[in-house]
Amino acid sequence: MAQQLVMYEEEFHRINAVCDRLTKDANAKVVFIVDKNGQLIAAAGQTQHIDTTSLASLTAGNVAAMGGLAKLIGENEFPNQFHEGAKDSLYMTLVGGRIVLVVIFDNRTSLGLVRLRIKKASDELTKIFEQLTKRSEAPGAGSPFAEISDADIDNLFSE
Amino acid sequence: MSFINYSSREINCKIVYYGPGLCGKTTNLQYIYNKTNPETKGKLISLSTETDRTLFFDFLPLSLGEIRGFKTRFHLYTVPGQVFYDASRKLILKGVDGVVFVADSQVERMEANIESIENLKINLAEQGYDLNKIPFVMQYNKRDLPNAVSAEELRKVLNPRNVPEFPGVAPTGVGVFDTLKAVAKLVLSELRKGGQG
Ligand SMILES: Nc1nc2c(ncn2[C@@H]2O[C@H](COP(=O)(O)OP(=O)(O)O)[C@@H](O)[C@H]2O)c(=O)[nH]1
Ligand SMILES: [Mg+2]
Repeated sequence: MAQQLVMYEEEFHRINAVCDRLTKDANAKVVFIVDKNGQLIAAAGQTQHIDTTSLASLTAGNVAAMGGLAKLIGENEFPNQFHEGAKDSLYMTLVGGRIVLVVIFDNRTSLGLVRLRIKKASDELTKIFEQLTKRSEAPGAGSPFAEISDADIDNLFSE
Repeated sequence: MSFINYSSREINCKIVYYGPGLCGKTTNLQYIYNKTNPETKGKLISLSTETDRTLFFDFLPLSLGEIRGFKTRFHLYTVPGQVFYDASRKLILKGVDGVVFVADSQVERMEANIESIENLKINLAEQGYDLNKIPFVMQYNKRDLPNAVSAEELRKVLNPRNVPEFPGVAPTGVGVFDTLKAVAKLVLSELRKGGQG
């Protein structure tokens, strides 16, 4: 079974910092980080009017479908996707095989600038996620749920 | 594969509703959506055809409350049941933490049930999961129909492993929350073991 994704304080802050910086440097509206299974990991920028949970799930669905298409034609993956809208556009990049970086931007910036800034951010993110994997595989990095009781679980459903 | 975030103190798990076309998977999610408080649920997303058949998946995020200071979130997905959507079903099973098999109790759908559960086994195995080991529950849906076969018959054919099973009438909610709770409990119990799978 695939390794569980675990996020710790330190890496979480570093990831958020990368997203914040990317939003500013690329002059983007929103930046998201989503794992390939559809879980939202981080978001920066004007996220107030966006349903981030749905966005994460649909991003993962899209990346999975495009990955399936890639394999059908003998490619391993399509690491970058660009979708141009009337006002807003969307750029998706696979990072380290497991994470998707999503940038939403409008005509206050350019595709070229966005691409350039994404490169730098994705290098940084690759390193952070490598560290995260090491940390969660280290001995003693047990589940916070190791101690939960049947009563804890039952309580969730008591109402 | 669950996602534990120590920083935001959240845990996210993925549950997939599987079963043959028209067995009632989407109806399960719609019922859950209609009966939960707005603050505990997100949007119900349905990627469907113009005739309301599931094209890719339905998705419903749900919050169930806290365990030991961690918010527990469940992401419910359905798969498209029709045989030719197999590539999509495989994608949706990626990273799954628990599976609900929704069987269609009608006698003429028995073959479709068997085919679908075999397909589930194969698709899970491709991802390195064993249906005999992952959190798994069974719902015998459409119990209200006159052509429904007996629960014993369904059990014999579909549930030799004797996983938790529930009779269902999804449009009126019979069995819907019992099924969800049962699979959620199994998923959380699995996490206690350390999530090493
Ligand atoms: N009589 C009856 N109809 C049901 C039941 N559950 C679902 N249906 C109906 O069966 C049809 C297909 O249901 P749907 O949820 O779309 O199936 P899905 O393909 O598994 O997503 C719909 O018209 C539902 O209203 C049930 O328990 N009893
Ligand atoms: Mg459906």
